[in-house]
Amino acid sequence: MERVEERVAVERMLDWYRRMVLVRRFEEQTERSFRRGKIGGYLHVYIGQEAVATGFLDAIREDDIFFASYRDHAHALLRGTDPRAVMAELYGKATGVAKGKGGSMHLVDVARGFYGGYGIVGGHLPLAVGAAYALRYQGTDRICLCFFGDGAVNSGAFHEAANLAGLWGKEGMCPVVFVIENNQYGMGTSVERASAVPNLARRFDAYAIPNERCDGMDVLAVYEVARRVVEEVRRTGRPYGVEAVTYRFSGHGAADLFQSYRTKEEVERWRQRDPILLLERRLRERGALDDARKAEIHAWAEGLVEEAVAFAEQSPDPPPEELYTDVYGADP
Amino acid sequence: MTEMTYREAIRSTLVEEMDRDPTVLLLGEDIGVYGGTFRITEGLLSRYGPRRVVDTPISELGFIGAAIGMAMLGLRPVVEVMTWNFSLPAADQILQNAAKVRYFTGGQVRAPLVIRGPNGAGVQLSAQHSQSFESFYGHFPGLKVVAPATPADAKGLLRAAIRGEDPVIFLEHAALYGIKGEVPDGDYTVPFGKAAVVRSGHHVTVVSYSRMLHLALSAAHRLSGEGIECEVIDLRSLRPLDMETVAASVRRTHRAVVVQEQWRLYGAAAEISAQIYERCFDDLDAPVERVTGEDVPAPYARNLELLAFPGEEKIIEAVRRVIA
Ligand SMILES: Cc1ncc(C[n+]2csc(CCOP(=O)(O)OP(=O)(O)O)c2C)c(N)n1
Repeated sequence: MERVEERVAVERMLDWYRRMVLVRRFEEQTERSFRRGKIGGYLHVYIGQEAVATGFLDAIREDDIFFASYRDHAHALLRGTDPRAVMAELYGKATGVAKGKGGSMHLVDVARGFYGGYGIVGGHLPLAVGAAYALRYQGTDRICLCFFGDGAVNSGAFHEAANLAGLWGKEGMCPVVFVIENNQYGMGTSVERASAVPNLARRFDAYAIPNERCDGMDVLAVYEVARRVVEEVRRTGRPYGVEAVTYRFSGHGAADLFQSYRTKEEVERWRQRDPILLLERRLRERGALDDARKAEIHAWAEGLVEEAVAFAEQSPDPPPEELYTDVYGADP
Repeated sequence: MTEMTYREAIRSTLVEEMDRDPTVLLLGEDIGVYGGTFRITEGLLSRYGPRRVVDTPISELGFIGAAIGMAMLGLRPVVEVMTWNFSLPAADQILQNAAKVRYFTGGQVRAPLVIRGPNGAGVQLSAQHSQSFESFYGHFPGLKVVAPATPADAKGLLRAAIRGEDPVIFLEHAALYGIKGEVPDGDYTVPFGKAAVVRSGHHVTVVSYSRMLHLALSAAHRLSGEGIECEVIDLRSLRPLDMETVAASVRRTHRAVVVQEQWRLYGAAAEISAQIYERCFDDLDAPVERVTGEDVPAPYARNLELLAFPGEEKIIEAVRRVIA
């Protein structure tokens, strides 16, 4: 890892740290807002998994695109979507990224290449494959990232999407990176209890898609893989699969309070490798972070989150007319 | 005007639109090398190459989902389903993604694609290959659902579907591919949501679409010999649904028969009848009659199959009942 670390400028690492702290503080706030009834529906947070999206989204270009599952707040924030608009969406307000019509599971920011969060497990994988085809069809060298959980790997959609990607990739027509965010559980079912082959990266072998596993708690490790893979996919137009081994510290959703499917000790063990903690240690070793700097960064993140909440609280509900907009486009 | 078959009307429209717009591409099982199960896409692979005429594996969920993703990125895919029966593995993609992505992203992501292929009852194809999907897909806001009955409409509606901004469920009918008709030349479109009064009459309004239109017309022809004049309406599109034209007709004739091939319970005819009651209750001189398929999976045996789907006789009987 030393070798990698030397290549990544400390400024970049500090930037990751800032973003990850912002995402963490933001999501902790959403859990509080959910408990206060300010956020409705389902709320799935990414706490513990931040290194995965941070590493990958920092490895792609501004004009690249990505898809995510319903666990998508981090992806929007890390890509630079205004935290106020994200929070307003969760509050169901007119100022939200989707005018309050999508909510937590359907964040989106097409201007930044984010084609959406999707609520059906595995359902967005085929979309990403088609999107990748379109990017090549249009003669560009843009690429597409597709984030999804370990549970999605067992859906038919995964297998059909992977087969098409492998097939179209032979012609250099499918520059998609499948990113399995293996947080060990699909709701309350562990990977071992759900997958005949728990080494999920190996599933890609069946479709001639090169693949590897990486430490999803270590943003440096993720970034190193992501950077290499993204450039390879860009060059070849062929798909690639990465399984980032990570862990979610919170419940599956905000309503999953008791988590009887796992032990406190297990969660504690993983917390020792909290991605923010790991990065903080690295930065301290290099003399790039001290208590004062850390406090400053956390205060900055808290400030942004407070601002986002205030914005969401003060924003108007969507006007009733919005009920009927965005169902159809203009007539031909 | 050029006389051509329903099949030729679809093929020539695909060719004209692909020539006009390089973002239009085709995907489907056996549409390229094989030439299409119903030979709609014959010759197109050599004309446009494998990147625009994409032979897919038997993987409806995968390739229909991928086509939706292509549409999100600005392409205009036209997907062929071998028959609509095989769209079911992809129903999740069609109903959960294509129909809704515009809405839940507040208009940021669009999915303008056309999914087309044969719908409806076949010749002794039995339970899994002989059914209609207009009510199933028509139930979902965000989709448009059209079912052309003539070569002219096949062309005009398909062109409108390809150029539109929305996902379109384009229901052809396998039994209509060979029928001939006059098709207007040139840049001809039929807008969605405009029903056609195909035959005028003053005794009863017969509402139909797709293959049933032809049964309704021949029933009307026979009834005319007895002095009963049917006004026959072709809905053309099920969503949007042109109830204005239907209601205006019922206000003249005071009677209505609605004909559909598919099952009775929760079918399109139920919706149309309900809307006739809502709009024309005071104008009606008789209850609205529905002629529909029987509420059973399609049987194989020829005699049972004939009982299961509406024929001309059932339409004539229904007209007589509302006139009586
Ligand atoms: C097709 C489908 N089945 C079930 C669900 C309900 N559900 C939502 S999230 C989830 C677990 C998914 O686990 P995984 O893919 O590992 O993602 P994670 O939540 O761990 O990020 C389930 C079963 C769903 N949304 N879609």
